[in-house]
Amino acid sequence: MNDMTPVTTTLKDWETDQEVRWCPGCGDYAILKAVQRTMPQIGGDPANTVFISGIGCSSRFPYYMETYGFHTIHGRAPAVATGVKLANPDLDVWIITGDGDGLSIGGNHMMHLVRRNLDCQIMLFNNEIYGLTKGQYSPTSREGTTTPSTPFGSVDHPAEPCSFALGSGARFIARGFDVSKDLPDVLKAAHAHKGAAFIEIFQNCIVYNKDVFGEFTEKKNAATGQLWLNDGEPMLFDGGTKGLALNNDTLKLEVVDVADGDWQGAGVRVHDVKNRMMAQMLVEMPFGPFPKALGVLYDDPRETFESAVVEQMAEAAKGKTPNLQKLVSKGQTWTVTDPGPDL
Amino acid sequence: MATALKDQDNVASAERVVVRFAGDSGDGMQLTGGQFTLSSAMAGNDFATFPDFPAEIRAPQGTLFGVSAFQINFGSTAIDTAGDRPDVLVAMNPAALKTNVGSLREGGLIIADTGEFGKRNLDKAKYEVNPLEDGSLAPYDLLAFDISALTLEAVKPFGLGNKEALRCKNMWTLGLALWMFDRDRQPIVDWLNAKFAKKPDIAEANIAALNAGHAYGETAEISGPLKQHHVDPAPASPGLYRTVNGAEAVALGLVAGAQLAGLPMFFGGYPITPASAILHHLSRLKEFGVTTFQAEDEIAAICSAIGASYAGQLGVTSSSGPGIALKGEAMGLAIMTELPLVIVNSQRGGPSTGLPTKTEQSDLYQAVFGRNGDAPMPVVAARSPVDVFDCAIEAVRLAVQYMTPVMLLTDGYIANAAEPWKVPDMDDYKPFEVQFLEDVPEGGYLPYARDRKLARPWVKPGTPGLMHRIGGIEKAAGTGHIDYSPENHAQMTGIRAAKVMGVQDSIPDQDVTLGEPGGKLALVGWGSTYGPIHQAVRRMRRDGHDVSHIHLRHIWPMPANLGDLLKSYDKVIVPEMNTGQLKTLLRDQYLIDAQPLTKVTGQPFTIAELELAIQGAS
Repeated sequence: MNDMTPVTTTLKDWETDQEVRWCPGCGDYAILKAVQRTMPQIGGDPANTVFISGIGCSSRFPYYMETYGFHTIHGRAPAVATGVKLANPDLDVWIITGDGDGLSIGGNHMMHLVRRNLDCQIMLFNNEIYGLTKGQYSPTSREGTTTPSTPFGSVDHPAEPCSFALGSGARFIARGFDVSKDLPDVLKAAHAHKGAAFIEIFQNCIVYNKDVFGEFTEKKNAATGQLWLNDGEPMLFDGGTKGLALNNDTLKLEVVDVADGDWQGAGVRVHDVKNRMMAQMLVEMPFGPFPKALGVLYDDPRETFESAVVEQMAEAAKGKTPNLQKLVSKGQTWTVTDPGPDL
Repeated sequence: MATALKDQDNVASAERVVVRFAGDSGDGMQLTGGQFTLSSAMAGNDFATFPDFPAEIRAPQGTLFGVSAFQINFGSTAIDTAGDRPDVLVAMNPAALKTNVGSLREGGLIIADTGEFGKRNLDKAKYEVNPLEDGSLAPYDLLAFDISALTLEAVKPFGLGNKEALRCKNMWTLGLALWMFDRDRQPIVDWLNAKFAKKPDIAEANIAALNAGHAYGETAEISGPLKQHHVDPAPASPGLYRTVNGAEAVALGLVAGAQLAGLPMFFGGYPITPASAILHHLSRLKEFGVTTFQAEDEIAAICSAIGASYAGQLGVTSSSGPGIALKGEAMGLAIMTELPLVIVNSQRGGPSTGLPTKTEQSDLYQAVFGRNGDAPMPVVAARSPVDVFDCAIEAVRLAVQYMTPVMLLTDGYIANAAEPWKVPDMDDYKPFEVQFLEDVPEGGYLPYARDRKLARPWVKPGTPGLMHRIGGIEKAAGTGHIDYSPENHAQMTGIRAAKVMGVQDSIPDQDVTLGEPGGKLALVGWGSTYGPIHQAVRRMRRDGHDVSHIHLRHIWPMPANLGDLLKSYDKVIVPEMNTGQLKTLLRDQYLIDAQPLTKVTGQPFTIAELELAIQGAS
């Protein structure tokens, strides 16, 4: 988020005249709408907003936003975004990436952008598959995923995007999913955070990895599968009948039953967005025995990269007048007055 | 010079002298050479230097591969190269002697530190017997004495440890060299005091060593080969001068270019030899609106620069061959999105990691052709440390006026070599201020509209009413929307090529650097081969040969008249430090029988090598 004057817009102001080219039924449509719905709510200014993407299905996103947009090359959106934001810190920068783009070919840039804490929003669409190249397994695919490149099932351990971001030093971690009505709230929180805001969005690739997140995104599984986190509120799910507690002996999270709304009695913990250790446990807890932690998992801002760069530049330039003639005349110099015999 | 060194006068005079300082990579030879260069500058000599050092920072002591050398050619006449063969070799140990004595001129002078010629060091240098004692150096004058012991003696009062005391050896040697060439010690004393301002005892020890070396020359007055020589100032047009090496000149040229364009500069870099020095220089120039960003890798370095250009700054990135290879895909993005960008390649020996600290010109194909797709890009090549300044400004001008990435080629030799530079008057440079598009033009805004140069408008994000999307996918002419249609791709490929070819309209016709348009033979060069080609052609012309020198700055596109010019010679020879890359380009573009003259040893051409080629051809 940058400090900006709110502008009044409607959803329509954020739509381009371009034909949207995702497969019918793709989760990206819902995410696009969620973003277009969010922008007026945060008072965004289309002229001051830049969407920057890499390569992949998700990376077509900028073409559909009536803002400035840069569809770059595979994995490099964080690097391009770094240049954009350093050149003009007033711009509101959004990075659109996927599990292959952001964590495989572009994993290095992602790590360093997050480490430096560049002020921007990173929306990582995780569908656990390479869609645009027709269905190869991705770094987030679960072990045993059968694809054209892994006909006998993938054998490598998947990456956990939020854990990767936290390990890289992220100060904001959130999760949502494509068709969730709460996605705009997650985006708003990300935008309100000054610094690199990492948002993992579970996205349904209906062609190559259909319903892979259905265990918690489908309506019938929502109660038992989703744990929505709110700062200062108890970590409850399943209609308030279950919650997360910390076992003081094992120092591990466990699911406890809550009777008659007495979550305190059941030892359910209150969510603290500034608790980094807890954020780590929340993103790592295995789905099945545990629900999927969603919403803002961690939010603890610190100085951003571009502000530190700007500050240092101002400090270093203080009292110095840029004078090109002086600059080229620097160092040990001598003056020739007598040209010598040949001239 | 060999005879001059034996001159019996008290102070003999010489026209030009080549001195090579060689020692262990920890002996401070580059520092010694650098300071000797400065004293040459102060004495008004023209000069050229050639630092030649190993890739290892501190190679095991005394080894052959750990030898670091610095050669300087200075004189009272115009100097274009660091000199073919040294007249004086300072050898700080057996390894330095062994690796360098072969290039010493017959009758040249060897100054050797006997203190380092013990059995251990002789073994490391693979000498079975001490070369200082076995008569094998008879073709040369030899002056061998215990510099180590003399240094220890000189710095004794300062109570340094043995190791630290011996570190002053290079200053002792420098002191002797200053005496030999009748030089003032004061600038070096000032420099030492500034360098060791926080360690005054170290400064004083070094100054004592410097003085002791000088005094040795003065008082020893041995009847042997050590004589004092005076080299008169070289003729030079009046004005203010300074020394500059190529890396610094690139940095200054880029800053000047950005200022002339009226733009802040963003420099994305990643450490690599021999390009890092450009990043170092620029990172200190923040008051000129220069943002430097040390990226996580070469790809991020160029991508961040592209991002900065997109946001309205002058994006610049720099590297050497391996890093340039990594940047290839992003260069294509800059070509496709038609954003200004300067890419500096300080070439080194390749392929792969190759020869990190040695010079080569083998990235010409990479610069002109090295991207996927039909991806044309202007390429500018600098001929010397001083020339880089103007070439950098030219690269910036082309980038912003044609909305294109531009490759600026320099090399390891240019980056490290120093020469005197007549400080330019910046008022002589015409500004080329960038005009951003800020309002919707009449008839509507098209991101891929074209001006007369075929450049598209540059719009800064943040500008109301001009929101648009760009990217690496093929663009529809005009609107810039995604368009894969066959006709459109053919049209856009043609526009991109025509735009870059159109650069010919704003560059000067190719001139003949030395000689006449037309004749028997032309030597066509580019880059840092300028010095040796120029000297060789000058000498051969003096001997009556019909030979001319043509040196290209614009490698792509080449000047419009180049084909006709080359066809006006019976024969064209292309000397290059690669296996014949410009030769291929010239043959392809002009169907001429350009003959290659190649050298890929990691060392610059000698004048003699080129003279031989001219003799053979005429």
